[in-house]
Amino acid sequence: MRVGVITFPGSLDDRDALRAITLAGGEAVSLWHGEHDLQGVDAIVLPGGFSYGDYLRCGAIAAHSPIMSEVIDAANKGMPVLGICNGFQVLVEAHLLAGGLIRNDHGTFIRRDQKLRVENVDTAWTNKYSVGQEIVIPLKNGEGGFIADEETLDRLEGDGLVAFRYVDVNPNGSLRDIAGLRNARGNVVGLMPHPEHAVEPGFGPDMPEAMSSGTDGLAMFQSVLAATVLS
Amino acid sequence: MTHDHVPDTVENAAATPEKDQPFHLLGLKPDEYQRIRDILGRRPTSGELAMYSVMWSEHCSYKSSKVHLRQFGKKVTPDMTKHLMVGMGENAGVVDIGEGWAVTFKIESHNHPSYIEPFQGAATGVGGIVRDIISMGARPVAVMDALRFGAIDHPDTNRVVGGVVSGISFYGNCLGLPNIGGETWFDPVYQANPLVNALAVGALRHENLHLANAKGVGNLVVLFGARTGGDGIGGASILASDTFAEGGPTKRPAVQVGDPFAEKVLIECCLELFAGDCVEGIQDLGAAGISCATSELASNGDGGMHITLDNVLLRDPTLTAEEILMSESQERMMAIVRPEKLDAFLAVTTKWDVEASVLGEVTDSGRLIIEWKGQTIVDVDPTTVAIDGPVYERPMEYPAWLDALQADSPSKFARETEGEALTKQFLAILGSPNEADTDWITNQYDYYVMGNTALHTPDGAGMIRIDEESGLGVALATDANGRYCQLDPYVGAQLALVESYRNVATSGATPLAVSDCLNFGSPENPEVMWQFARAVEGLADGCLELGIPVTGGNVSFYNQTGDQPIHPTPVVAVMGSIDNVARRLPSGWQDEGENIYLLGVTADELGGSAWAGVVHDHLGGVPPRVDFGAEKALAGLLGAAAHEGMVTSAIDLGTGGFLRAVADGVLRFGVGARVWLDEIVSRDGVDTTAALFSETQARAIVTVAREDDVKFRGLCDGRGVPVLRVGVTDRESRALSVQGLFDIPLDTLRGTHRGTLPAHFGAVVGG
Repeated sequence: MRVGVITFPGSLDDRDALRAITLAGGEAVSLWHGEHDLQGVDAIVLPGGFSYGDYLRCGAIAAHSPIMSEVIDAANKGMPVLGICNGFQVLVEAHLLAGGLIRNDHGTFIRRDQKLRVENVDTAWTNKYSVGQEIVIPLKNGEGGFIADEETLDRLEGDGLVAFRYVDVNPNGSLRDIAGLRNARGNVVGLMPHPEHAVEPGFGPDMPEAMSSGTDGLAMFQSVLAATVLS
Repeated sequence: MTHDHVPDTVENAAATPEKDQPFHLLGLKPDEYQRIRDILGRRPTSGELAMYSVMWSEHCSYKSSKVHLRQFGKKVTPDMTKHLMVGMGENAGVVDIGEGWAVTFKIESHNHPSYIEPFQGAATGVGGIVRDIISMGARPVAVMDALRFGAIDHPDTNRVVGGVVSGISFYGNCLGLPNIGGETWFDPVYQANPLVNALAVGALRHENLHLANAKGVGNLVVLFGARTGGDGIGGASILASDTFAEGGPTKRPAVQVGDPFAEKVLIECCLELFAGDCVEGIQDLGAAGISCATSELASNGDGGMHITLDNVLLRDPTLTAEEILMSESQERMMAIVRPEKLDAFLAVTTKWDVEASVLGEVTDSGRLIIEWKGQTIVDVDPTTVAIDGPVYERPMEYPAWLDALQADSPSKFARETEGEALTKQFLAILGSPNEADTDWITNQYDYYVMGNTALHTPDGAGMIRIDEESGLGVALATDANGRYCQLDPYVGAQLALVESYRNVATSGATPLAVSDCLNFGSPENPEVMWQFARAVEGLADGCLELGIPVTGGNVSFYNQTGDQPIHPTPVVAVMGSIDNVARRLPSGWQDEGENIYLLGVTADELGGSAWAGVVHDHLGGVPPRVDFGAEKALAGLLGAAAHEGMVTSAIDLGTGGFLRAVADGVLRFGVGARVWLDEIVSRDGVDTTAALFSETQARAIVTVAREDDVKFRGLCDGRGVPVLRVGVTDRESRALSVQGLFDIPLDTLRGTHRGTLPAHFGAVVGG
C-alpha cells in the first residue's frame, strides 16, 4: 500500500512520518505542497511542523495550498487521511474535521510523553487499537488547545467522533480532553500528539519496561494498511 | 551613525582627507582608525569604515584572544588530528566518524543580545550557529544550549529566563531540530550578563563538505535567503564588544530579529543546492553581515571580488549603503556559483520560495570592490579587513584577590555525622537551583523530531543516531563550572573539559573532539586577561593530555556589569562517536537487584563544591584535582563495557558528588537504591561528608546485572580502574537508603528536585 506524506514549507516531522509508514510495512511516498499530483497513493499523512511558518493561523495557509484541493477531494471520496499536530490543524482549517485549535491554556510550548485513551476504533487509522485502550505517545505543540461550541462538542460526542482523549493530564486546555477527532465516514483522523515518534524501540517515549521503548504509535500506521477505502 | 545620504565614494574620500569620521562611535580606537588610514593611504569611505569597524571588533577579529588561541593549533599531535577533516578557522570543525560520515559541531555565544532582548537574542543565537553548520555542507541534526542566569530569586531573572527559554524553544522547535541537552546555572555574577551559548551539530557525507571560499575568477556571488533589513545594525561592534554600563541607554535596535520558518526553508534549500552540486563555496551571514561574508570569502579564495550593492534585495528601501554592509539581518547565505550553474541554482531557490540575487563576481585583483549607485564606495584588500586585523597582547595581571580566595578553604566548616543533619544538607543540594530538575525549561524543547534521538536531557550527554542502517551515532555534552574557574582558571577549564569528556564516555561513546565557548569579562581588565590566558592554556594542555583536538569555538568578552566581571566560564563541548546507539548507556536504573559500583577513588575535595556553595554559601579554596590518566582509563573502561553490554547504566560524578549521582540514578526511572559508604571511607580514608559530597573527578557509578559481576570486575582490574561495590538497586523500597544514615522516600527526592524551578517560574504541565 502506498501512503503519501505531504511536505509543506515548514513541515518538520515529514521524514519521521515516512519512516513510520516504512516501519509499519507500507510504501512511503513524498508529496510536495505545490503540486496537484497525489502520485496514486492510497492514503495520506499531513505531518507536524509549522507549515508556511504558521503565520496568520496554524494550518490556515497550508489548507489552501495546491495539493490540499486534491487531498480534500480524495478525502471526500473516502481516501484515508491522517493529520498529526500541524496536520490536524490543517484538516480543521480545511473543514475536514470540526472545531479549532488555539494556544495552549498555559501559554507555552509543551513536549511530554502523553497518555491517551483510544475512544473510537472504527476508522482507517485506529482499527488496530481496541476501544478504551490507553497508549503513550509524545506530544509537542504550542497551539493544541481544542475548542468548539457546546453544541458541536455534544454532537462530536454523540456521533462517536472523538478518536482520542487525554488521560491523567490535559496538557493544553483542550475542551472535554479531546486529543483527536475522526470524521463521520472514519477515513479522516486528526490528533495533536505524534504517533510517528512512538514507532521504533530506542527512540520512543520511556515506558515502565525500558527507556525509549514506546511504540504505541505504530498501530496507527498499521491500521491504514489494513483499511480499505471506506465508503 | 552620522553620515550623509549622498554616498561617500573612494574618490570623495581621497579628496577630503580632513573629514571628521565617527570611528569611536563604531567602537574603533584612535590607533585602529589610523591604521586603516595607513592601509588605504587615505581616509576610509564611510562604507569602508563600517566594514573595518565591524570586522575589527573583538567579536569578529578575536584581537585580544588570538595570541592565546594559537595554542589550540600548536598543542596537538598527529594522532589527535587524524579524524579531523577541517580544523579551527572555518565556520565549524569537521570530524570523520567513519562509514563515510562526518560530523560538524560548534558552540557559540549570544550573551549580550540575550540580556537586552532575551527572546530574540536567544532565538537568533540558535539560528546563527545552525547556519554555521549548514555552511559546511551538513544537515543540522541537533542543538544544545548552555545557559547562565542571575540569582533565581532576583526580580529580573524571571524576565531573562522566560525570554531566553521561549526564544530557544520557538526557534529550535520551528527549525525541527531536536534539543538534546545542555546545562543551566544560576549565580548572581550573571545577573546583568546572562550567558546563552548555543551548540549545533550536523552530519554530512564526506563528499558533501563545503568551505567558505570564493574561488574561480568569473564565478558569481549570490546572496540568498531573507531580505536585508535594518535589524542588527552594528550589532557586532557595538553590542558584542562593549560593556553594559549600569543605567546606560538600551540597545534594542542592534538586536537581530529571527524568523525560524525562513531558516528552515533555507536549510532544505541549501541541502538541495549541495546535492545538485550548485555551489562552489558558501558562507552564512552572521555578525557583520555582508561585510564579513564578502571579505572572508574573498580572502579565503582567489583574493578579489566585485560587488554591486544595489543588487541586494532590501526589506527597507531607505537603508543606506553603510547600513546594508553592516546589517545583521538573519537567515541569509552567500554562495559562490559557476555561471553555467546559475539556472540550476535559481531553480532550487525558486522551488523553496527563497529569494536570491547575483551581487557580483569573483576576481583575482586582490581587491574587494563594492559599487553603489554607479560609484565605488569600497576598494580594499579583503585580507586587511578579514584576516590581518589588529592583534593585541593585552596586559595581564595575577588577580590581587586570588591568594586570599584560595586560602579560604571550606575545610574550616564543621562536618555533620548524623543522618538527620546530612539528609537536610543533601536535600538542600538536590533542590538548589543549579542541581534542581530543569524540566520547566526542557519540557519546552522538542527532542523527538527527526526520530534519531537516543539520549537527551536529563541524561548527562545527548546522543543522536546518524546512520539509520548501522546505528552509528554521536554523543555530545557541554560543561563549565564558573565557581571552579574563579578559584583557578587553569584547573577550572580543565575540569570543564574532563567533565564534558566523562559525560560523553558515560553515554558509551568514545570522545573525539572539542568545541569551546569562552565567556569572560573585559579583556581590558588585566586580571580578566590573566584568567583568560590561564583558562586557554589549561584547556589546550588538557586536550593534549586527553588526545582530542579543539575544532573551533568562540570567544565572548565584556561579560560584566560595570566593572564586575562574571566568573570565567569556558563552556567546553565534547563530541564522541558510538558504533551503534543501541549500545548507549542509560543514566538511571531500570531493574531490580543490580549491583551498583563506584569507579575511581574519592578524595576530600570540597573547594568550589555544591556542598560548600549550598550548605555554607561559600566559594573558596582550590577546586578538585584533575587526573587525565584516570579520566582516560575510566572512559576506556566505560566504552568497553558499553560495547560488551556489560553495564546497564552509567552516571558521571560531578557537582554534588556521589550521593547526587545516586539520586540521578534513582530519579531517572523511579527505581530506588540501597547504598553504603563504609568501604569508600575505609579504602580512601575520607569522612562521611567527603564520601557523600566530595567532587573528586574521574569517577562514575555503574550498575551491573549479577551474572556479569565477575566479568565486570575483571575488566576494571585489567584496565586499572579502582572499583567498589557500593550498593544495590531496589525497586520495591521506592526510596534512597544510605546504610546507617538515612532513608529518603522517592517522592521526597522527586518533590525536592522538581519543585525549585516551578516555584520561581511557574508550574510544569503534568506536575
